[in-house]
Amino acid sequence: MITIDAISKWYGPTQVLRDCSAAVAKGEVVVVCGPSGSGKSTLIKCVNGLEPFQKGRIDVDGISVGDPKTDLPKLRARIGMVFQHFELFPHLSVLRNLTLPQIKVLGRNPDAARDKAVSLLDRVGLRVHAEKFPGQLSGGQQQRVAIARALAMDPIAMLFDEPTSALDPEMIQEVLDVMVGLAKDGMTMIVVTHEMSFARKVANRVAFMDKGEIVEDAPTADFFGKPRSERAQLFLSKILQH
Amino acid sequence: MNYHWNWDIFWELSPDGVHTYFQTLMLGTAWTLITAACAWIIAFASGSIVGVVRTTPYAIAVRLGDVYVELFRNVPLLVQMFLWYFVFPEVVPHAFGTWLKQLPNGSFYTAVVALGLYMSARVAEQVRAGILSLPRGQRQAALALGLTLPQTYAYVLLPMTYRIIMPPLTSELLNTIKNSAVALTIGLMELTARARAMQEFSFQVFEAFTAATIIYIIINIVVTFAMRLLERRIAAPGYLGFRAPAAGH
Amino acid sequence: MFVNFDFDVIWRSLPYLFYRGMTFTLLLTALATAGGIVIGTLLALMRLSGTTALTVAAAAYVNLMRSVPFVLMIFWFYFLVPYIGQWVTRSAQPIQVGAFASCLITFTLFEAAFFCEIMRAGIQSISRGQVAAAQALGMTYPTVMGYIVLPQAFRNMVPVLLTQTIILFQDTSLVYVISVTDFLGAASKVAERDGRLVEMYTFAAAVYFIISLVASRAVAHLQRRVAIIR
Repeated sequence: MITIDAISKWYGPTQVLRDCSAAVAKGEVVVVCGPSGSGKSTLIKCVNGLEPFQKGRIDVDGISVGDPKTDLPKLRARIGMVFQHFELFPHLSVLRNLTLPQIKVLGRNPDAARDKAVSLLDRVGLRVHAEKFPGQLSGGQQQRVAIARALAMDPIAMLFDEPTSALDPEMIQEVLDVMVGLAKDGMTMIVVTHEMSFARKVANRVAFMDKGEIVEDAPTADFFGKPRSERAQLFLSKILQH
Repeated sequence: MNYHWNWDIFWELSPDGVHTYFQTLMLGTAWTLITAACAWIIAFASGSIVGVVRTTPYAIAVRLGDVYVELFRNVPLLVQMFLWYFVFPEVVPHAFGTWLKQLPNGSFYTAVVALGLYMSARVAEQVRAGILSLPRGQRQAALALGLTLPQTYAYVLLPMTYRIIMPPLTSELLNTIKNSAVALTIGLMELTARARAMQEFSFQVFEAFTAATIIYIIINIVVTFAMRLLERRIAAPGYLGFRAPAAGH
Repeated sequence: MFVNFDFDVIWRSLPYLFYRGMTFTLLLTALATAGGIVIGTLLALMRLSGTTALTVAAAAYVNLMRSVPFVLMIFWFYFLVPYIGQWVTRSAQPIQVGAFASCLITFTLFEAAFFCEIMRAGIQSISRGQVAAAQALGMTYPTVMGYIVLPQAFRNMVPVLLTQTIILFQDTSLVYVISVTDFLGAASKVAERDGRLVEMYTFAAAVYFIISLVASRAVAHLQRRVAIIR
């Protein structure tokens, strides 16, 4: 479904991605981890073209992301994305956050969009908050709304960019629960996260990045069993201490 | 367009019989700059005093400072010019009023006072905002060292305040120069008035206004550049400039 | 002194001052604000477009308007608008435009430069993440701007936009230089006809003062409320 083929990216003279390659099959869950500044977020944003890249090729469902002829908005509408800082639209109610993109991007009629939105809010347990504004919700609730917003577009795959790292510890679990549910339903997911419990539970593979490179990409059991690279071992020992 | 262009008009003699149109524009430029400079001295001095007063712990002084700013800020500059020019001489004791009305270059003095006080309210706002933007600890540290309140302002708060508010002060200085054009309504022959006069006598509207526009742009660039230099000269290492809210002109 | 202050001249001319003068002033303020915000927003979008030609053109326009006295600009447009009208309508003669239309065009185009800078600051105050999130949902540039960025930018900038409107309201008095009957123009005509400069200009100043003061107090109040909600 998603193939990343030898991607390199530079910010001016600084290279931030080096020759990254990976493939995600339909229904697969891949966790990307690594120290901060390793290029994880940049890589995942290349997948839906939010970040341009200079070398290599990314295909999503057979469509080349980097091709200037590609209708990027149309492609992005089919890939859901969840951000570190939620990025709900603060001037719109929770319900409107879910319905506006359906109406404006997919051209759904308002009633259908509303039904879809309400059922998804129900699914993430926030139906009662539909008329509130994002600023009136807790971080965990906002992130669940953000997931529902992405799902409302009926995406073929979901990208998660550190979805729990801006949350207070007590709110992390409620978001992870929603994500685990999604994974079990067979959603194709790329998840940038440090939550190794999540990776163990649902990931098919774990990719480890450092300094813009994918250092390791292994089935979950292998990765936690015996990571081959020294850098991955060091990272794991640090992150698993707590 | 059936407009008849004539760029040589600048070298023709103006109706005063002495100067070419170009020279009259230069005279106008001089009046603009002199008026703005004198007004700026008033604006800077009284604006600083009022701005400082509004940050002192004395409630009555703060209140008076607020009234001052509201008074000069909420009446259009043109109306203030008229008040000083037409009304003021009538409401002061008769002899003083008569003396005022007979003063040579009366419109110049009026313009300087009116523009200076009008701009002083804006300067006061900037000075106050600058002082309030300093960390509270600065004032407390200075007082804790045993400095008196005036010393605290003179040696600790104001030196930093002026550095911080250099960019907005620069725009207020530019506004002073631009606003001096309003004084043409009370007969000051500054640059815009000269361009208007040139248009009336020569009928070369667009040449006259183009010349004035270019002169204003040049003044703008020169002043901006000079203020940047000054800003860099006096910059305190490790501190970035500060941008005031964007409304105004 | 004020012993000769003639209240009656004010009283007699109230209908003229307000029906004729203040109506003109307020209508000009309202329409020029609306038009200025629309054009200013377009200029701000041009400045932020990333397309060099658009950025340079918008920046040049804004900087020109900001470098020149408003009075000079009023003269410029007063003489230029008939020629522009001639060019637009392809007529043989310069088009005679009414005083109100001429003033409205002048103020809209001049204030657009200032509204542009306010909207630009407003747009830049919206985080990159909001744009990224909107794009990730598949929104195109017009949708991102129209439904996500501009509504938030506008909402954040309402106090500054209103403050600029108060300044615009005061600036309308400058139409005096082309002898238009706005509020000050009306006061000035009465003043000169009846030789009552002290009364009329004092009264005009008081009216401007009260309206501007009340309006700026209301804006300050609004600003505090907005600050709490955010």
